[in-house]
Amino acid sequence: MSPHTPVNENKDQFRSDDHDTDHFLLTTVVGSYPKPKWLNRAKELYQDDDHEFDAEDWQEAKDDAARLITAEHERAGLDAVVDGEMRRNEMVEFFAHRIEGYEFNGPVKVWGHNYFDKPSVVSEVEYDDSWLVDEYEFTAAASDRPVKVPITGPYTLANWSFNEAYDDDEELAYDLADLVNEEIEKLVEAGARYIQIDEPALATTPDDHAIVGEALERIVADIPEEVRIGLHVCYGDYSRIYPEILEFPVDEFDLELANGDYEQLDVFKDPEFTKDLALGVTDAHVAEVESVEQIEENIKKGLEVVPPEQLVVSPDCGVKLLPREVAYGKMANMVEAARNVEAALDAGELDIERSAPTPADD
Amino acid sequence: MTEYVSTTPGLFPLPDWAKDDLSDLKGHQKHDLISGDEDDEIAAAYEDAREEVIEGQQDADLDRIVEGQLRWDDMLAHPLAVHDAVETRGIVRYYDNNNFYREPVVTDDLDFSGDVATELETAAELADGDDLQAVLPGPYSLADLATDEHYGDEAAFLDAIADFLEAEADAFPEHETLFLLEPSLVEHAPEDGVDERASEAIDRVAGAVDADVVVQPYWGALEEKVYAHLLDADIDAVGFDFVANQEDNLYNIQEYGTTDDISLGLADGQNTLVEDPEAIRERVDWIYDQLPVSAFETVYLTTNTETFYLPYAKFEAKLAALAEAAELAEVKAA
Repeated sequence: MSPHTPVNENKDQFRSDDHDTDHFLLTTVVGSYPKPKWLNRAKELYQDDDHEFDAEDWQEAKDDAARLITAEHERAGLDAVVDGEMRRNEMVEFFAHRIEGYEFNGPVKVWGHNYFDKPSVVSEVEYDDSWLVDEYEFTAAASDRPVKVPITGPYTLANWSFNEAYDDDEELAYDLADLVNEEIEKLVEAGARYIQIDEPALATTPDDHAIVGEALERIVADIPEEVRIGLHVCYGDYSRIYPEILEFPVDEFDLELANGDYEQLDVFKDPEFTKDLALGVTDAHVAEVESVEQIEENIKKGLEVVPPEQLVVSPDCGVKLLPREVAYGKMANMVEAARNVEAALDAGELDIERSAPTPADD
Repeated sequence: MTEYVSTTPGLFPLPDWAKDDLSDLKGHQKHDLISGDEDDEIAAAYEDAREEVIEGQQDADLDRIVEGQLRWDDMLAHPLAVHDAVETRGIVRYYDNNNFYREPVVTDDLDFSGDVATELETAAELADGDDLQAVLPGPYSLADLATDEHYGDEAAFLDAIADFLEAEADAFPEHETLFLLEPSLVEHAPEDGVDERASEAIDRVAGAVDADVVVQPYWGALEEKVYAHLLDADIDAVGFDFVANQEDNLYNIQEYGTTDDISLGLADGQNTLVEDPEAIRERVDWIYDQLPVSAFETVYLTTNTETFYLPYAKFEAKLAALAEAAELAEVKAA
């Protein structure tokens, strides 16, 4: 590395030994990835009582899928990989099944004929067995790359459940935050260094950002400094949570901006963005692979907000609803674009001005 | 003597078998949602489901039977979403919930549709003499949920929506009660001037039917001025969401009085915790103690919101709790 390149130790720990350029734009994903069709078929067989496909077979199928998608992420060239959340069904349900105090009463409507098993909190939530350590250890063993662990955040776990047991959702969110903290401690013990907290519910109720902030304080309590903690917040009116979120005790914000064509980019220019920015550079809701050139332009948008050492490159959101080949195409093009931008930065070819948006004339 | 009437604002969850069957028959995407000209197989599934929820209400002994609005994929925006003069566009958030509907964009004259009347006729047959309750979005909420690309300004659009709902309601078969659901009056409170027009629009729709008309706002209490204007409409009862907000609702009633009948949203339509009927009855007594009025002619006991947010079994339990609470209240009053 040239002596002139500023360092960001927390981020640079994910730089691979054979990374060619001085500049390093960490490339990663939000988490979910399309499941191979055979995995869904295997699940049907497992759920069919008349079939002899048993729990062991189902476990093997999930292991195979996790290996496959982790390898697919490696093949795309990502610096930090995920198993595509092959073992998880839905982002609240998966955790609710593992937390004492939750029960399930059947599916509820989200929209049209899309339903989810919205759980009910019926008693104080408690930590039982670990939620993700097995998943992490398996993926880490299956890959040479650093593994990122996405965890649904306590605010979303509280907000997207029925609350029968707590006076309000805030109290529930804080109790859940303590459990998330316990889980992260176990993950760190197992070797995890990159944790992402997903809080999509914050996009719908931005006025609750202080609750999310307090929950994060509980989540990071006694977690070592070098463990990278990110926060993913899906598309919403970001001006209602910025700059307040800069106070959150996290290293990185993962934001969905490609979907809105970077209309909200200026929100993050003033005041100065002091954390790392994991910028969404490919749209998770459009089933068309953006060209490498297009993604390069999107990455440059991020450089209008933060210097290269604070920039991380990622898709807007989980890509599980895309056709698998489209999801792969987006990952591969994203990595290629990031490597091109790094080379251009090394060569001093990029001259992007970072500044506060020009104030409108009075 | 006060009559206690157990009822709901409709918009029920589909029974679980119907969730599965209709997912398979219709699909999961935006263009798969209800269009108003569904094929025989889909129509038959809805008929079976409708029969089930009507029987469910009868078994629970509810005092009013609703059709259930099981076809309303777009929730309160349904009457527009199936209209020929309306284009459905992107999926947009339904108030502050983790629920979504297709944005209905009005592009032409909103002439008579009859979609809701047809549903209600079927329900009337199944109700078999039990008191029927119709459900419609209130004009202010329906206008608020939609986008206008035809009428040009806000006032003209609200007018057109009121005309449309008036004609739809006019075609309804005989029914005992009409619930007009007006969450937008709370969630996106009308500004000065618009509040008066909203009340006039409600008055117009209410005038189309012979039934008792209940206007049910929810997710909080109305702003004072909005409430005062609403009382100018010729309606039989205003509904109060006592789950979301006790204090401001009581304040409105104490300060401005209310209609001769009242609708009390006491069971939580968005939480699986099933209220104890005794507790509901005690809440009724408690509310009475806070109010200047000596007695209402009719008190509707209902969930505060629609019930499609609930898993089916919990929804059934809520209906039973409401029916029992109304009976307890009746016994006590007598």
